[in-house]
Amino acid sequence: MKNILKPVAAFVTGLLVLTSCNNSTKQSNSKSGALASNIAEKVYVSPGEHDEFYAFISGGYSGNLTVYGLPSGRMFKEIPVFSQFPTSGYGYSEETKPMLNTSHGFVPWGDSHHPDISQTNGEIDGRFIFINENNTPRIAKIDLQSFETTEIIEVPNSAGNHSSSFVTENTEYVVAGTRFSVPIPQRDMPIKDYKGNFQGALSFISVAPETGDMDIKFQVLMPGFNYDLSHPGRGKSHGWFFFTTYNTEEASTLLEVNASQNDKDFIAAVNWKKIEEYVNNGGGTMMPAEYAHNVYDEHTHTATSTIKKEVRVVNPTDVPGAVFFLPTPKSPHGCDVDPTGEYIVGNGKLSANLTVHSFTKMLDAIENEKFDGEAYGIPILNFEDVLAGTVEQPGLGPLHTEFDDQGNAYTTFFISSEVVKWKVGTWEVIDRKPTYYSVGHLTIPGGNSRKPQGKYMFAMNKITKDRYLPTGPEMEHSAQLYDISGDKMELLLDFPTHGEPHYAAAMRADIIKERSKKIYNLEENNHPYAAKSDADTKVVRDGNEVHIYMTTIRSHFSPDNIEGIKVGDKVFFHVTNLEQDFDVPHGFAVLGQNTSELLIMPGQTKTSVWEPTKVGVWPFYCTDFCSALHQEMQGYIRVSPKGADTPIKWSMGEDIE
Amino acid sequence: MKKSNIIMLIAVILPLGLFLFPLWKITLEAPQYPTPLGMYIHINDFADANPHDIKNINLMNHYVGMKYIPEAIPEFKIFPAGILITSLIGLIIAFKGNYKWFLYWFILMVVLSGAGLYDFYLWEHDYGHNLDPKAIMKFTNPDGTQMGFQPPLFGSKNILNFRAHSYPRLGALFLGLGIATSLIAYLVGRKNSKTTEQ
Repeated sequence: MKNILKPVAAFVTGLLVLTSCNNSTKQSNSKSGALASNIAEKVYVSPGEHDEFYAFISGGYSGNLTVYGLPSGRMFKEIPVFSQFPTSGYGYSEETKPMLNTSHGFVPWGDSHHPDISQTNGEIDGRFIFINENNTPRIAKIDLQSFETTEIIEVPNSAGNHSSSFVTENTEYVVAGTRFSVPIPQRDMPIKDYKGNFQGALSFISVAPETGDMDIKFQVLMPGFNYDLSHPGRGKSHGWFFFTTYNTEEASTLLEVNASQNDKDFIAAVNWKKIEEYVNNGGGTMMPAEYAHNVYDEHTHTATSTIKKEVRVVNPTDVPGAVFFLPTPKSPHGCDVDPTGEYIVGNGKLSANLTVHSFTKMLDAIENEKFDGEAYGIPILNFEDVLAGTVEQPGLGPLHTEFDDQGNAYTTFFISSEVVKWKVGTWEVIDRKPTYYSVGHLTIPGGNSRKPQGKYMFAMNKITKDRYLPTGPEMEHSAQLYDISGDKMELLLDFPTHGEPHYAAAMRADIIKERSKKIYNLEENNHPYAAKSDADTKVVRDGNEVHIYMTTIRSHFSPDNIEGIKVGDKVFFHVTNLEQDFDVPHGFAVLGQNTSELLIMPGQTKTSVWEPTKVGVWPFYCTDFCSALHQEMQGYIRVSPKGADTPIKWSMGEDIE
Repeated sequence: MKKSNIIMLIAVILPLGLFLFPLWKITLEAPQYPTPLGMYIHINDFADANPHDIKNINLMNHYVGMKYIPEAIPEFKIFPAGILITSLIGLIIAFKGNYKWFLYWFILMVVLSGAGLYDFYLWEHDYGHNLDPKAIMKFTNPDGTQMGFQPPLFGSKNILNFRAHSYPRLGALFLGLGIATSLIAYLVGRKNSKTTEQ
């Protein structure tokens, strides 16, 4: 009997152990209870507390840039860049219309893609953020004190400004590589003659160290491939820039098939320091070109647009040793350089493996002139000679890679909807996590610098499906935030993003939050139509133009009654906000206006044009709830018939005499 | 120079700190002002604690009909002159004077400072009670009288949604120390003279 009991007891004990093991496993996988609330705590930012990171997420077809907080995923602001924005009057007010001027005229929309923050010594300095516009090639600069777009430069000879706007490690240059090759200069020619006749321009836009002023220093006119994405070298590879290409087939129709024939396309490695030296010594030629350069002056609160007439172009074959091609399988999309500057990851989007090139091996191959032919005079290096390693079969459809501060890389896989973490140098896969769904770019704060700031990674997905309450056929895209501080990635949060986010730039909040501007100093307002006190307000007729110098302060407009306007007049409301208190803007709108309202920050002047078409007495009012007496903040403007002799008169506080 | 006269000289010099440091500070706290609004009162000037504070105090106060804080008040001419004159008198006393004069100077300063504080109180009272009859918002006390918005002369007080603080600053400390030191100079002088007499 004893003999029987023993094994039974052992069996029962074994079961208990197994069961309790099972229970504990179940608990750790459970999405409810104490552990789930632990995840919630990781993204919870208490009322009144601040997020640890800023994330600047491109809006794609919204044309704008949105500002988020991490880890909360809360959206703080939408910064208008390439699109008109009625929320603030950007692109509608007379002062900001020039920002959207191009050589094609006023372009009120853009397709914004890749934001990148300025750097000093390879580290994020938080002074400016640059972002590209794909459709009508432009690069914008946003000042991270005012969080406003302050400069936009159009990129000539370019089309589909996609491999942009990444900055070198001292913000010497912002690049703007063309996605589509085009005839340079543009001309009327048969499309079928693309091959050998179209060219791709890689533009290097210099950034003045103190002011941040941008200028196109030179363009490298490359063979007619598609230049998809780019990345600056850093550390040891500082001085080089890397661009992925596709359509090295130079097909011009049904690219889905015809640009996917070559087993390998290229990463173009450009030694920009060498070309810069060549240009500084008078190299390159000035080519006629037409492009707009728009600059916003914070003191006049006004943008000016200048059309430039020429650009310096460089033929890469004229600068031997400056440009090389690294064969990369197949149709590489993302082009990412690790924080040390040694490894260049080419994410072949149709390849089963991830290709990583070695900068050291590349230099060695160049030095030993181990070339495998050339393309349009540009040497092609041997694939094996530059290969550092491959990450074997990590997933389907690799797109983009970012790096943490621990020597790991994180690559997004569009087709298999996942992020894969792998070790730089050993190429072994460490972890993988699903995304929901079809991930494009991913971002790690500081990930585009020599010193990634780690802690979080977020993936920007193209498809939202069942992640939130449905909002009809159109839904905001979803982003997902992961904790990457441990060995395994942990999904923390889903949050919606606005437009179609591509890349994002993120950084520690403390670098910039104290520098954020609170008001514009009224004494420094040099707007030509500013009224700095109620005593300066007036209405001036100049032919059929009427200029109204108007002020706002809680809770009135001055003047609030205006007469003598006639049908057919062009009325300029120049509205100065006299407030000098943080977060007290005033709005302005007049009935029947064909533009948008204005939102005027403290100390700022903005101008709205109104061309009255109907006789009457029309109200105007403040659109931003400003004080206890916001509803009373209003006025009237009297419009008389064309040719009437109603004299110009204005008043505030008493009846018009 | 006698020890008491040296102390007296220090006593006379100390109030000149009023020309370097603010005399008083009034602070207004409210939920919508995470950085409180504040105003320094110097011997010859009102100054913002943070840029544009006075402008924003004026904007808030106009709802209840308070006047704008003036750019200058007559006291800004009288007070500096008063300090300079009393300092001059003090200097003469310190160099030439008998210790008994130290006491007279002490009394003079206490009286003048008291008068200054009273004047400040009157100004505050007028500022807080002499309201525009067309004021947007009218508030009454529980007894039906019109509510005043006078900040405290010294201390803290709730005024509607604001908590007002009014406290002396470094300039006042220098003045107070100077006055106290003159009393010490008197006491030291008296002790010494008694010792000499013995």
